[in-house]
Amino acid sequence: MLLIPCPWCGPRDEREFRYGGQAHIAYPADPSALDDRAWAEYLFLRDNPAGAFAERWFHASGCRAWCDVRRDTVDYTVAGSCPTGAHGADADADAGQGPCASPYCVRRATPADAEGGAR
Amino acid sequence: MAEPLVPRRRSPAEGLLEGSRLRELSFLAQAELRVDPDEAEAASRMAEQFLGCPLPGPGRATGSGTPYVLWSGPGRYLVVDADATGRGLCAGLRSALGGEYGRLCAAVADLSAQRTVLELRGPDAGEVLARGCPMDLHPRVFGPGSYAQTVVGKAAVGLHRTGGPVGPGAPAGSGAEGEASAFRVLVRASFADYLARFLTGAADDVRRERAGAVG
Repeated sequence: MLLIPCPWCGPRDEREFRYGGQAHIAYPADPSALDDRAWAEYLFLRDNPAGAFAERWFHASGCRAWCDVRRDTVDYTVAGSCPTGAHGADADADAGQGPCASPYCVRRATPADAEGGAR
Repeated sequence: MAEPLVPRRRSPAEGLLEGSRLRELSFLAQAELRVDPDEAEAASRMAEQFLGCPLPGPGRATGSGTPYVLWSGPGRYLVVDADATGRGLCAGLRSALGGEYGRLCAAVADLSAQRTVLELRGPDAGEVLARGCPMDLHPRVFGPGSYAQTVVGKAAVGLHRTGGPVGPGAPAGSGAEGEASAFRVLVRASFADYLARFLTGAADDVRRERAGAVG
């Protein structure tokens, strides 16, 4: 089982969470301008990387808040988690922005109190 | 004998806990408080005046007697009071939170019927809960005054470790077990039957194993 760090509750067992798929999928600015292919891509097509992946998790049995988790899909290491919307889609592009309020923020060089947080 | 016209109110885990160290604290008044981030400061100040204790931070509970407040999520708090009715508690919170602007700065909902509270005491209480709970319940991590929402068995519960904070005078590693090891388990009414059976079964297992280890 994964040990997922919730930005508010700390590291918790995977069974308290619900998976929410890829993070940072923005709703199209002008949906009516999209053709069928672009709309289908927005609805159905998701990245499937072998490596770091930004995904959403819902702490369903805990604080009932969503968070964005960065997880490696190969070795399942969790790099950190932030409240949804704290950072943009590309974590590396605006890296100068600095970490958010989450103690497990992916932008923190050394996650605070992360013993057991990242596995 | 004629049946009374109004049926007697029955608590969710009634009759299940005789002869066990588990007891039900039934019919507590519970009100949920929802606060927007931009009004958190004002709401916290006004709620504190009414409740007599500050709103807790993440993973914590504040207030010792009645009422006490549990942190149940970002901007969400559960106020529990044994001496009030749910309606009375909500009315009090609403009037306190509407005091400054003439309109409410937080949402208040009466959730008294949603959950019942099971109280588990004794030095093995943590071990009994650990049979079904994935969280670390060691007092060093989950000390008195902690509150967390998690799962026990298949039921989603709120776990509250009662008692004051462990003072600097308390001996390290000891003391926190024993008296401080009272857990209040907030569980949805429809899961109370399941959870009461689960916990009494787990308590029997722990007791049997202890007895086996000694003898």
